Amino acid sequence: MNLVLTVTVLIAMALAYQVGLARSKAVATGGERLHSRPGYYGVLVALWCGLPALLLFGLWSLFQDSIIEILVVRQLPVEFASLGEQELQALLRRISALASGRGLVGEVEAFEVSAAEHMARLGSLGNLIMVASMAVVAVLGLLGARRHVTPRLKARNHIERLIMLLLALSSGVAILTTVGIVLSMIGEAIHFFRYVSPVEFFFGTVWNPRFSTAGSGTQGQFGLLPLLWGTLMVSIIALLVAIPLGLMTAIYMAEYAPAWLRSVAKPIIEILAGIPTIVYGFFALVVIGPFLSGLGEMIGISIRATSALTAGLVMGIMIIPFVSSLSDDIITQVPKALRDGALGLGATKSESIRQVVLPAALPGIVGAFLLAASRAIGETMIVVLAAGNNPALHANPFEAVSTITVTIVNQLTGDMDFSSPQSLVAFALGLTLFVITLGLNVIALVVVRKYRQQYE
Amino acid sequence: MSTTQFDTADSKRRERLATIERSLKSRHARERRFRRLGLTAVVSGLVLVAILFASILMRGVPAFWQATLYLDVYFDPEVIQISERPVQAPGESDAEFRERELAWLGELGRVNWNVLIDEALKAELPGEIESRQTRDLRALVASAERHALRERVMHAPELVGQTLNVKMLASANVDVWLKGNIDRSLPDHRQQLSAQTREWADYLAGEGAIRNSFSTALFVNPDSRSSSASAGLAGAFMGSLFMMLIVIVLSVPLGVASAIYLEEFAPKNRLTDLIEININNLAAVPSIVFGLLGAAIFIGYLRLPLSAPLVGGLVLTLMTLPTIIIATRASLRSIPPSIRQAALGIGASRVQTVFHHVLPLALPGILTGSILGVAQALGETAPLLLIGMNAFVANVPSSPLDQATALPVQIYLWQGNELRNFFEARTSAAIIVLLALMLSLNAVAIWLRKKFETRW
Repeated sequence: MNLVLTVTVLIAMALAYQVGLARSKAVATGGERLHSRPGYYGVLVALWCGLPALLLFGLWSLFQDSIIEILVVRQLPVEFASLGEQELQALLRRISALASGRGLVGEVEAFEVSAAEHMARLGSLGNLIMVASMAVVAVLGLLGARRHVTPRLKARNHIERLIMLLLALSSGVAILTTVGIVLSMIGEAIHFFRYVSPVEFFFGTVWNPRFSTAGSGTQGQFGLLPLLWGTLMVSIIALLVAIPLGLMTAIYMAEYAPAWLRSVAKPIIEILAGIPTIVYGFFALVVIGPFLSGLGEMIGISIRATSALTAGLVMGIMIIPFVSSLSDDIITQVPKALRDGALGLGATKSESIRQVVLPAALPGIVGAFLLAASRAIGETMIVVLAAGNNPALHANPFEAVSTITVTIVNQLTGDMDFSSPQSLVAFALGLTLFVITLGLNVIALVVVRKYRQQYE
Repeated sequence: MSTTQFDTADSKRRERLATIERSLKSRHARERRFRRLGLTAVVSGLVLVAILFASILMRGVPAFWQATLYLDVYFDPEVIQISERPVQAPGESDAEFRERELAWLGELGRVNWNVLIDEALKAELPGEIESRQTRDLRALVASAERHALRERVMHAPELVGQTLNVKMLASANVDVWLKGNIDRSLPDHRQQLSAQTREWADYLAGEGAIRNSFSTALFVNPDSRSSSASAGLAGAFMGSLFMMLIVIVLSVPLGVASAIYLEEFAPKNRLTDLIEININNLAAVPSIVFGLLGAAIFIGYLRLPLSAPLVGGLVLTLMTLPTIIIATRASLRSIPPSIRQAALGIGASRVQTVFHHVLPLALPGILTGSILGVAQALGETAPLLLIGMNAFVANVPSSPLDQATALPVQIYLWQGNELRNFFEARTSAAIIVLLALMLSLNAVAIWLRKKFETRW
């Protein structure tokens, strides 16, 4: 039914296009030149014919069923007026099964049959009215638009205005997303702060949310600090891995590597950036974790298989390509004159890199590090699998920790009950995470932009 | 006097030369060290990629082959006591026919299919097998195989009374035992299988009744809890497919449209500046924040169903939108202004210029960016956990509103399975499938870029 109608409207639009085209050619013979090319008149007429009809169709099918249900319920025998919501729904399901011709198993009561007939009648009546009014709207649109086709009609401008409107609207989606993120986070976080005071949340040193059973007075402790500390610890380890490796890779690639090595090694290292984080998590869990704990046993330190070190190390591997490709771009942007000047004074290549190129590129590189840090802080799956989930304040990287992202996942998976502080806390944590990463990104973008202006 | 003066000058000079030589030596040594450091960084990056892939492949590839039983199964009419398959009589309502069909399927369901497998196994195994050993016997075969027998008879009732050589998956524990993924010297109470079952498994493997053959279970089955050996990715694959379709249908048009607006039409004012900064920031927001957005808005506020690919697709759409916008803008920016000027110069409107001239030239870049965005969405896990897509789903979803999971989430679920020594390999196999999909998407993107790359 829907498909047939849509196709019919599309065919009508195609016809309307032809009508508009013919009309525009007809009016153009009078000696006056058309403002736009004939095709635009065709499209304009087609749009006037099709769009209002489709809009009507959409609205109608949105509301028809519920209106019919109300009408059917109204004419049911009096004793059903007092039915509960669920019983009424069940009854309506039976009636609509009868009305649609699927039939029912077992006894069917007389009032049900009559209600079903009524529903079927209303349904076909509704469909009839809808199709009729769609046809009227389409024909009116077609005729009206056709009458307006004159050589002076600025058909192209009308259509272009519509296109511009659509383009502008779609760029609003990005804004809406941000607004949605901020509003939903703040809204639910305020909800959460009704249970737990912000001071307790931001400065609390104990994380123990205690899944409360309904009615029990005991409330968990929601201290952010252990999670924040865990996040920092893992991210710092990750950066300690990624920054030296990434930066040295970038320097080597930009300054030393022969073209063939560059063309081979660069894409391979960038593969690392495309691998899903869940894969890194699994890799950390089954390869790096056991390896590290075995290594620890060998040299006599106890290293847990799932620890801040494991997660940080693997996360570091993940962000190497991020650091290296950003730094590479920035290093290659440093003007050749600076390099030549240093070399001309007798500096060796490494001296010119360390004392001239790197200081010149420093702001950009710092920006890259900040972006990498924000990446590390927001990373979820690696820490979910490999950090061990132990929200405690300690400074031992060989022990398990927990992070903000892990806790969001733990608190919000399972049932979606947004009324307990146990699940609402996820939004307060998300807000914290959003603010931290946003801050880092903004600083990084400002730094990078400043740097770009310097050499442009 | 003059000679001594000359001597001192000469010795000073020689001293200076020696100093320079010494320092030059150390400077060159430092240069070599620096260079070696860079090379080490590059090589370690490459080695890390190699280790990652090697360890996943080594673990995952064997899982594509599973211990499989080849048994002659006699479809004993004594055991399978069912009536004729019902046919819809003329004048019978759909609901009534469905009722009779369900009754027939119920008959099929009440058949003890295990007996058929037991008998087939007894025929294969040496010696008399008592009924108290049935448990040990049934531990050999994946428990889903009895459903497979039912399906066979359901589709071909004429099988009853015949003998057929049926290929059946051995249970997960047998697979683990035969592949040597469990220490064979472990004492009985720590083994997953009884001593009797292990002996039988070895015997059947020796006889050739259990062979390690390529299994399609991983590809064609949905996830299964009761029968680990036949747990597959089909459900997760369909879930991912639905989500990717939604992402492609929504985020590519929206992203391209907003990029065109921002790059080609938008007036340079505060508002568009804000949109631009906003999009750059959205691209760096941690993915889990989008999950929180989905949980709060789509599930909490709009009451869309939990675990539905529709919601997952919407969340991933919002997440990939900034990536696509940024890629499209870069691609539009790389089209030289001379193209636009030429079009405008011969009287095209701005909309015509963009849609007829700039966009076709930018298309390869847009496609590449879109594919990379979709690949990123395909590998994303964290936001999906927050909208309930980590639920166990035993069916292949048939619409975007059914419960479903996604490939990366299935990996997350499997890595946490208690049957560790079976699911570690299966998880790696799932990772191989996911990586193969992602790498082929990336390869297509690279190929497109190479094929249509234009140097202006």
